[in-house]
Amino acid sequence: CPQELTFLTKQEILIAHKRFSELVPKEERDQILSARVPKDKVVTLPELRANPFQHRICRVFSTADVGDDSLSFEDFLDMLSVFSDAATSEIKSHYAFRIFDFDDDGTLDRKDLENLVNCLTGDADGTRLSTSEMDQLIQNILEESDIDKDGTINLSEFQHVISRSPDFASSFKIVL
Amino acid sequence: MLEPAAAADEGDPGPVEEPVLWSPASPSAARPVAARTLAMSQPLASTLPIPEGQEDTSPDLSPYDEGAVHDSFHEIIQEQGLQLRELCLGGKEPLAYMPPLAPGAEAWAKPECSWEHPEYSAATLRILASMPSRTIGSSRGAILSQYYNRTARLRRRSSRPPLLQTSRAARPSLRQYDLELDAGHAQEEEKRCLLVKELQSLPSSQRSHLLLTMPLSLAQKRSLRQDSSGQGDTLKKPRRIRGPLPGCSQVEYHLILGVRSTWYGLLSSLPTLQPWHYALKQIGGRFGSSVLSYFLFLKTLLLFNLLLFLLLLVFVVAMQAAYPPTTPARRTFMGLELLTGAGSFTHTLMYCGYYSNDTLNDPCILGPSSVRCQRGHSRLPYNMPLAYLFTIGVSFFITCILLVYSMSRSFGESYRVDSTRGDLAMKLFCTWDWKVTQRRSVQLLQDNLCTQLKELLGELRDQYRPRSLCQQLHRLAVLALTWALSLGSVLACVLAVYYFSEHMHRVQQKSWEQHSSEMQEEAQLLALPLVVSLMNLVLPYVYSGLGTWERQESPVLGVYVAICRNLLLKMVVLGMLCYHWLSRKVGLSGDKCWETSVGQELYRFVVMDFIFVLLDTLLGELLWRLILEKRLKRKQRPEFDIARNVLELIYGQTLTWLGVLFSPLLPAIQILKLLLLFYIKKASLMKNCQSPSKPWRASHMSTVFITLLCFPSFLGAAVFLSYTIWSAKPSETCSPFRTLETIYESGKTWVRRLEHSGPSITWFTWIHQHLVENTFFLFFMSSILLAVIYLKIQVVKGQRRIIGLLKEQITNEGADKTFLIQKLHSIYAKQEQRT
Repeated sequence: CPQELTFLTKQEILIAHKRFSELVPKEERDQILSARVPKDKVVTLPELRANPFQHRICRVFSTADVGDDSLSFEDFLDMLSVFSDAATSEIKSHYAFRIFDFDDDGTLDRKDLENLVNCLTGDADGTRLSTSEMDQLIQNILEESDIDKDGTINLSEFQHVISRSPDFASSFKIVL
Repeated sequence: MLEPAAAADEGDPGPVEEPVLWSPASPSAARPVAARTLAMSQPLASTLPIPEGQEDTSPDLSPYDEGAVHDSFHEIIQEQGLQLRELCLGGKEPLAYMPPLAPGAEAWAKPECSWEHPEYSAATLRILASMPSRTIGSSRGAILSQYYNRTARLRRRSSRPPLLQTSRAARPSLRQYDLELDAGHAQEEEKRCLLVKELQSLPSSQRSHLLLTMPLSLAQKRSLRQDSSGQGDTLKKPRRIRGPLPGCSQVEYHLILGVRSTWYGLLSSLPTLQPWHYALKQIGGRFGSSVLSYFLFLKTLLLFNLLLFLLLLVFVVAMQAAYPPTTPARRTFMGLELLTGAGSFTHTLMYCGYYSNDTLNDPCILGPSSVRCQRGHSRLPYNMPLAYLFTIGVSFFITCILLVYSMSRSFGESYRVDSTRGDLAMKLFCTWDWKVTQRRSVQLLQDNLCTQLKELLGELRDQYRPRSLCQQLHRLAVLALTWALSLGSVLACVLAVYYFSEHMHRVQQKSWEQHSSEMQEEAQLLALPLVVSLMNLVLPYVYSGLGTWERQESPVLGVYVAICRNLLLKMVVLGMLCYHWLSRKVGLSGDKCWETSVGQELYRFVVMDFIFVLLDTLLGELLWRLILEKRLKRKQRPEFDIARNVLELIYGQTLTWLGVLFSPLLPAIQILKLLLLFYIKKASLMKNCQSPSKPWRASHMSTVFITLLCFPSFLGAAVFLSYTIWSAKPSETCSPFRTLETIYESGKTWVRRLEHSGPSITWFTWIHQHLVENTFFLFFMSSILLAVIYLKIQVVKGQRRIIGLLKEQITNEGADKTFLIQKLHSIYAKQEQRT
């Protein structure tokens, strides 16, 4: 029973099932557990529609062999479990790290941080930081959080930063 | 936007760009190079006892992604200096997997080159790539993390194209490479078996808890669980129907199915029955966690009032309603009662004065004197004064415990050691609100975050520029002026309330003597609440104006200062009013009940507060938005001022707690008020407001609010209540405590009666005498509390020191790592030079 392996309650799994089956085309609804929903359909969910990290979320949670970032029902449950109320802060910070790691190399280096800042501040003209501001920002962030001074932030350092903020667990939530 | 650009800037010695992310094409393009580098590194392996088997242990960093490694160490290398100069061999081994960089490779040959592209040999890079700190999940148990590495690698391996597609030239080494990987795969299986064995040795509940906390996908967890528990696939599919159970007839089978499907349907709709679940989700989705915290606070207050109301209803109000005392004739209902609480409401269950002071339903009293007291009868006598006192006392005690509990839990969740440093990184990683679902709100969030980052960066830049003496003096002058203004306004308000209340009292005396119409009398009663509510409405806007003039260093400090000033105003005015009520105990005439009149005053205050909050919403939000849009033609909407609204809620709750002794039905009024407020505020929010642009640490501020609810608000009400119970003389003609000296005496007489009733109760009276009346016990408890607090402070100090020491240790380890990397690289480079 997937309920024991995720942080979701039975009601939440049922709601997830209902929402997932809306994304799957009618013919495949009987075998919903083996159906895979392509990324383009997943990002039409109202909860993910406006999220700037929608592509990263699909990438991180997808277990597709072909690398097209499609989600099966179990991947969908995984995602909801990590973003649920009951998930531990460790799991959340783990997956947040993987979402922010744009190049999937296991650490957050300068490029990752730049991408992150651009994602967070948006694409509009007035909101981009200038190059000098970006450099100063990344310099300060690395100074603050890179404890072993290797120029990147690895998972442990990331989790250390997260542990200092009590708001993280309550803001890292998506509820259907 | 989200994929890193594959093109590098050629002339610019910027950081090395990473290769294109995982697409099936990239590994095959890079394979020939990898094969070459591998072929070269094979002989090295024989000379150096480096465990080659570990080369494949990196799940995320394969030899193809060496650029990433370069990038991360270029800063370290910059610090090294001379050692690197020897090793900068021009054009020897261009990392050809990044063709755009080939033209720039010559730049590396120059001795004074920027050390951003150090030439590490492939072997060094592979070893670096397999360092545990680069592999995700190394913080957990060794087996767990290794298993995670294996499965992640499994995932990546499956995305590579099969062997047949690679070019002929690379095949032999490639085959070798794959064999190595296969060897690694065999190791994976071993480690997985180890993990499964580990899981089997645990009890099943612990096992499922451990599986739950693993950052693996559901399929992997399920297979682990399967293997470790030896069961078959137990995945329950909620919609799939299995074959009929043995021993059931067809009809029973269908019945069971029908029941099950309705049960599941019910379960899935259950969360929506939770009060306001969808509304809160809507608010959180549009405005984020900061505005949501106001509505959650409102929900908390509703629960407190519900508790108070239920206790009072069951033990006091319902009892009295069942056995109503004799009262003077009721006056006719005029509309004004809803506002003033007087008139036909006076002699009702609403106020303390109505309640009887004797034992209800006493069999000895009822009936004609010929009927004997029938002790064995099913009727139970009910001592009203005692019940009244005890219910109020117990409900306050329970409220106190609940408040302290929720305060400490909120504090525990929100306090982190050393949370004041590292603002920038925290802001970047933790402040994104994932709940927000609307595009416009997301844009707003992005704008806000950008502004906050720019502000923080500006502050950091300014830190290094000390302010001139003139500027500092100017700042001090501004601060002094604003504080003088706010304290002066508080003093002015308090004096105004005092003189106005005295004046109204005299006016009321005169009108009572002159027997003016009842309408006029009752309308005069509304004057004082009106004035107080008006002050509470206008002055917070003045304070926020002062705040913008002051321009504090950090916006968080500005919020604190505004809260402080507002709170001071409200609490001091309430204090003055309490003094006024208690000192006016002797009412207008000997007949009137001062308890009822105080209860009526508090009812009026609660109703006026509600009316003014509505007015504030109307003027402050709706009207302001219309003005901004139509007249000033600005796109901005008014912001929802969370702090001011929460303080208004706290003020209303304080009034309720102050008045519960004199008006047992006041919690019901407050419940009604809060319910209406929720819907009105939500509607106004959706139509008129935008989320606040200043940074708002939601959990920290929630702790602050619940602390404010506990300390000035509840404590003040408890002090007022205690003073009334212990020292105030009840009025002669009404209230359950009519004939006693103080309200507390009813409790004391009951204890004395118990003492006389039997010798077996002496322990109770002893407790009462020595613990409740004696102050020594109180001092003892306070000193224990202070000792515990001191110990906790010392523990936190020790933890801070340990954190500092550990950070130093990690920095040293990092320096060790750099040193070893350099040594490794020099060894490999010398080997390559020799060959």
